[in-house]
Amino acid sequence: MVTSEVYKKEFDVIIIGGGATGAGTARDCALRGLSVLLVERFDYSTGATGRNHGLMHSGARYAVTDGESASECISENMTLRRIARHCVEETDGLFITLPEDDLQYQQTFVESCQRSGIRADIISPDEARHIEPAVNPDLIGAVRVPDASIDPFRLTIANLLDARLHGAETLNYHEVEGLIINQDRVQGVKLINKTNGEHVEVRGRVIVNAAGIWGQRIVQMAGAKISMFPARGALLIFGHRVNQMVINRCRKPANADILVPDDTVCVIGTTSDRIPIETVDDMRVTREEVDVLLKEGIKLAPSLATTRVIRAYAGVRPLVASDDDPSGRSISRGIVCLDHAKRDGIEGFITITGGKMMTYRLMAEIATNAVCAKLGNNVECVTALQPLPGSEEDAPSQSDTTKRYSFGQRAAIGRHGSLAARIEKDNDIDNALVCECEGVTVGEIKYAVHQLHVHNLVNLRRRTRLGMGTCQGKLCSCRAASLLGELNHDVKRAQDDLADFLDERWKGMRPVAWGDTLREAQLTAAIYQGLCGLDSVVNRQGKEDVQ
Amino acid sequence: MADKMQLCNISENNFEQCTKCTICTTVCPVAAVSTDYPGPKQAGPDGERYRLKDNAYYDKVLKLCLNCKRCEVVCPSGVHIADIIQHARMSATKGHRASLRDTMLANTDLLGTMANLVAPVANAALGLKPTKLVMDSIMSIDKHRTFPAYSRIKFETWFKRHAASTQDAMPHHVSYFHGCYVNYNFPKLGQDFVKLMNAVGYGVHLLDKEQCCGVALIANGLYKQATRQARTNAASIGKAVKVDHRTVLTTSSTCTLNLRDEYPALLNVDTSDVRDSIMLATRFIYNLVDEGKINLVFKQDYKRRIAYHTACHMQRLGWQLYSIEMLRMIPGIDLQVLDQECCGISGTYGFKKENYERSQTIGSILFNHIAQAQVEAVATDCETCKWQIEMSTGLAVENPVSILADALDVEATRKANNLIS
Repeated sequence: MVTSEVYKKEFDVIIIGGGATGAGTARDCALRGLSVLLVERFDYSTGATGRNHGLMHSGARYAVTDGESASECISENMTLRRIARHCVEETDGLFITLPEDDLQYQQTFVESCQRSGIRADIISPDEARHIEPAVNPDLIGAVRVPDASIDPFRLTIANLLDARLHGAETLNYHEVEGLIINQDRVQGVKLINKTNGEHVEVRGRVIVNAAGIWGQRIVQMAGAKISMFPARGALLIFGHRVNQMVINRCRKPANADILVPDDTVCVIGTTSDRIPIETVDDMRVTREEVDVLLKEGIKLAPSLATTRVIRAYAGVRPLVASDDDPSGRSISRGIVCLDHAKRDGIEGFITITGGKMMTYRLMAEIATNAVCAKLGNNVECVTALQPLPGSEEDAPSQSDTTKRYSFGQRAAIGRHGSLAARIEKDNDIDNALVCECEGVTVGEIKYAVHQLHVHNLVNLRRRTRLGMGTCQGKLCSCRAASLLGELNHDVKRAQDDLADFLDERWKGMRPVAWGDTLREAQLTAAIYQGLCGLDSVVNRQGKEDVQ
Repeated sequence: MADKMQLCNISENNFEQCTKCTICTTVCPVAAVSTDYPGPKQAGPDGERYRLKDNAYYDKVLKLCLNCKRCEVVCPSGVHIADIIQHARMSATKGHRASLRDTMLANTDLLGTMANLVAPVANAALGLKPTKLVMDSIMSIDKHRTFPAYSRIKFETWFKRHAASTQDAMPHHVSYFHGCYVNYNFPKLGQDFVKLMNAVGYGVHLLDKEQCCGVALIANGLYKQATRQARTNAASIGKAVKVDHRTVLTTSSTCTLNLRDEYPALLNVDTSDVRDSIMLATRFIYNLVDEGKINLVFKQDYKRRIAYHTACHMQRLGWQLYSIEMLRMIPGIDLQVLDQECCGISGTYGFKKENYERSQTIGSILFNHIAQAQVEAVATDCETCKWQIEMSTGLAVENPVSILADALDVEATRKANNLIS
């Protein structure tokens, strides 16, 4: 449907927020036969969804302190292995005890895991060193749990694709400026189309607020109040994998005690700091955070001390104060679903928040149940049974490639699962690599632009991993910008986009700009500023969306 | 940075130091002629990240790498690109059995020993058209190739019969790692080397036990055997250097690179304590001349126009200047130094049917340069370059040591070094 027609339609449900929860809710609602519109102010998975570890918790981390979250995690963990196979890598995880930790805790930990239904096998330090050679060799105890690695960008897009397959409409770069309120009923959203500045209103019977930490503002727009407690976490990305299993510390959760192998890299995190709500859009990583992450990280895997850090980033967890404790002392890490009709007397408005990326599907199910209750829809939820697009049983195998050198084709199968079959690969041009670090071909970029809502290079990065490798866009960004310029028939926009993309890449490199990462960045600057003279053709004023 | 973390990035073969500048790919002879091969950056450091994630990302086209090491020569960040590719091949083919063809091509020692026994028959048979066609169709050894002729008598045998007894009387001593080619195919190069060294007062000694350096074994996936032979050679060289205090000289650039750098890098056989004592004869002799320790006198009537071709492994060693400068010392030689280009054979690579065309396409730049140089012969330090250039240009190719020995006025040289009065 053309965007202007979307504006005119009245929907059963409008979902605010294009993170995993919003995308999952859109899918669930669409599968239950509702007419759905999802709106997102930036790109999909720009917020906390795309700013975490990419860890598919087994729930073990919460077993001791929060049995309920732990049970939710393990149940969703098993579900995602089935429905989102192409987003998940079944790595398993270790909880290691170091000499300075209390080995007694291991017993408590294992018992708690068992109570929550999480398999937790105590293994010997020798076996731990054998199955995960990167682990700190000084460990005195280890427990193996079904942790895994998951790609949140892929997961979100797969949910959106399925939602659209079932009739949902999705609009990114549409920010909610206000709600349409008639007496005590929310009847729609006031939007600004950020690509052209147009103001529009779209009507819906139920509005779901899935805007994460930014949901507090949406609730305010409805005239109610919710107390959110933003907890900021910083993480570091290393240039390649040092570990093949998730490595955690077997102790009470603390700073930088999880190392996750994510696709071609590994990620250490996180720090955890309460921040004022006014600062949630400031994602700069500080020197202190980098220091803590490295210092704690090498206790998990000593080789991190000499492994190249390519990037730092931070995200904000949307923690919510319990309604019965307005002081905010009692904070829930669990899922919070608020029916504002019951809570505040505002009809047609639901907020789904709290929770974790890992439990997005359950959150979506809970929110959709609430929507359906309002609309009198009795269709059962099938999101736990039906595989996401790309994760069907007949996914092509890695050897199912057409070219002699098939690195790009195989990398694409890893990223898109069975949908990789839709990527053009019948000629040398489509097979040519654009991003050499991550193996992204011309064909994959065309597919992303045509099928996966790509407006700019940052979108393209989230859909394909373009520019996420060691060189952070040095070789691929000009090639990709040129392709986008061709596909959109707009050279000027492509040039501006290129400059924004390089700025965005530098932003993440800056906190870790030493050694080889600094050399890398300097070569990039020499190429784009020196050789290509990019600064002389691009106007850098008034750029807002560099996230 | 806290606690001295992140002072440097340490990773196998320096692969993290790659800044993706891509200069390596611009000098890769295979990438230049074949769109199937992605070039050293992609096959090396880029691919390595994916292989670290899952070895299933290993790609078979890595077999197309010549291991010429031109990528390593130009890398401004010191990344051991070719070693990364070799390592990937090694771990991907671990446990696989090499084909009969590859085993035969790789086992220079075994084949040489057998062929020496029946050299005239073997040479005749290997040169026959029917034999070539059978090898081409059954073993996939390209029919255009001719195996280097086998000598009737091994170099080692000749040395023991005709040279060994007089060596101890010399004032100085060196050891000689002759390599398979000298031993089985071309003892003349070894004889030339002995003649040259003896003329300046250096006695030549064989190692206690020498086996093929193993470069062909590594290239053809016979890693266990390569490691065994490397250990034997490392022990013999260790004794020559540390017990007998002799420098170990060679006349083949590839054997030299293998002994010095590939043993530790690929086979985990440590030769670091003797590495500096293993060198090509031309470098050793150049240094002696340069330091004024020896004098060379050349024949007055020796007149030739020769082109020097820098073998890829010679360039990796960085020693081509020694050979070039040695040749320039010969007054009668008009020396044309060719731009460094790969000849395309890379040991046994070019013998394989599937590589023949690529091999010749790669070499064509060099062959053109040689044709334009209008010379009567080509000098190079690598025997497989020699086969390739001889086959492809029809010109004779000689090792600089042979040219030096031919041009040398032995009597005058001995006098100039006070060996006879």
